[in-house]
Amino acid sequence: MKISRLIKTIFMTDFVGGIYMALKEFFKPKKTINYPFEKGKISPRFRGEHALRKYPNGEERCIACKLCEAVCPAQAITIESAQREDGSRKTTRYDIDMMKCIYCGLCEESCPVDAIVQGPNFEFSTETREELYYTKEKLLDNGDRWENILDANIKADNIHR
Amino acid sequence: MDYLSIIFEQVYKILFLLVPVLVSVAMIVWLDRRVWAFVQKRQGPNVVGPFGLLQSLADALKYIFKEMIIPSSSNKVIFILAPIVTMTLALIAWAVIPFGATQVLADINVGILYLFAVSSLGVYGIIMGGWASNSKYPFLGAIRSAAQMVSYEVSIGVIIINVLLCVGSLNLNDIVIAQQNLWFVIPLFPMFVIFFISALAETNRPPFDLPEAEAELVAGYQTEYSGMMYAMFWLGEYANILLMCAMGAVLFLGGWLSPLEIYPFTLVPGAMWLILKILFLFFLFALVKAIVPRYRYDQLMRLGWKVFLPFSLIWVVLTASFLFYFNLLPVN
Repeated sequence: MKISRLIKTIFMTDFVGGIYMALKEFFKPKKTINYPFEKGKISPRFRGEHALRKYPNGEERCIACKLCEAVCPAQAITIESAQREDGSRKTTRYDIDMMKCIYCGLCEESCPVDAIVQGPNFEFSTETREELYYTKEKLLDNGDRWENILDANIKADNIHR
Repeated sequence: MDYLSIIFEQVYKILFLLVPVLVSVAMIVWLDRRVWAFVQKRQGPNVVGPFGLLQSLADALKYIFKEMIIPSSSNKVIFILAPIVTMTLALIAWAVIPFGATQVLADINVGILYLFAVSSLGVYGIIMGGWASNSKYPFLGAIRSAAQMVSYEVSIGVIIINVLLCVGSLNLNDIVIAQQNLWFVIPLFPMFVIFFISALAETNRPPFDLPEAEAELVAGYQTEYSGMMYAMFWLGEYANILLMCAMGAVLFLGGWLSPLEIYPFTLVPGAMWLILKILFLFFLFALVKAIVPRYRYDQLMRLGWKVFLPFSLIWVVLTASFLFYFNLLPVN
């Protein structure tokens, strides 16, 4: 027992093994990516920046039911609604305070018409606080911008529901 | 006029040596980080320039534009002198490294002694930096570093004696030529291993990086340094590492000799072989950095004094007896 340990020490078997291991790892493919140029894969369920979606005919989906406002645990959503001239109920104000938001995804779950969704975008840092008070215009704009991906993500996730 | 031309010629020669050394020091820092990263399956620095090769230049540029802070309670002259001493000592040693049979700046007959003396002096830069900072962590780091470097210099000295016994000359070119038939790494392999480990300790590389153990001593003797002075410590450290690799290549791996004296190998110039050997040794340095944890201080001292020193002393006796018994002692 003692002698075997002495032999191990003299021939530095652990050290040589370490070098061999290091050389083996050296040639293996790398786990890290060049982040701003390459991006990691994101699940369709990813809960990133919010967006308000529209129907293909351009009508906004949100019916101002205020379920998202009610369910929001951080109370980050503020909604005001009014009746439009054609008799449909629409929001006049839909604000999300992105600094209060905890990105839990409950608003998305509660929405009966898939209007408010959380998209794959996580790179929306800003230089001032004010820019993170998202208004209805900003959210609708996000919806227009990401619609293709949002639609694909909802379809991809739908089979698991 | 004669003097002037001699001076110009010498300055030209020195620049021809120093500029490549400094550039390769910058490259070696990149290589070190890259190897370290690759072993850990990371990519390492790869953004600045092709493959990130210019990363060190970018870092140096950053250091140049940073503020140099001199602590008010420090001994200012010594504080500023310390990085300069480290850097200078790491560079002047290159004067005796032979890159070819005639390609050596100073072909002095006590080359190895000079090399050993200069690398021993290197500890002064660290002690001066640690003491002049007038702060506890640099001071503790400097003390550790001094004790560590002195301990391992002893065994390096004894290892060098082993080589010198086989050569019979202190001139580095003679040492290289003596390895024409057989590199010393084969008959003196245990000495080569001990030399490599001692060189790790001598240059404060992991696993012997106690002087700058960041968990205990912030950054050791460099704690109070910033800006260009820090960069000079840093460059000096890597120049020292490179020097140790060059020393190992000259003493054990046959310096500028090609591994085989046959056709395709003889085409490559001697300097290239030396550089390749230095790179090989440095690659080992970088690999070791990636795989070993830091030694405890008492383990470090035990290894230096109770293992390496007796072992290399015994090996001196063995080598000497072997050479004497078989009548192989070199005669000049």
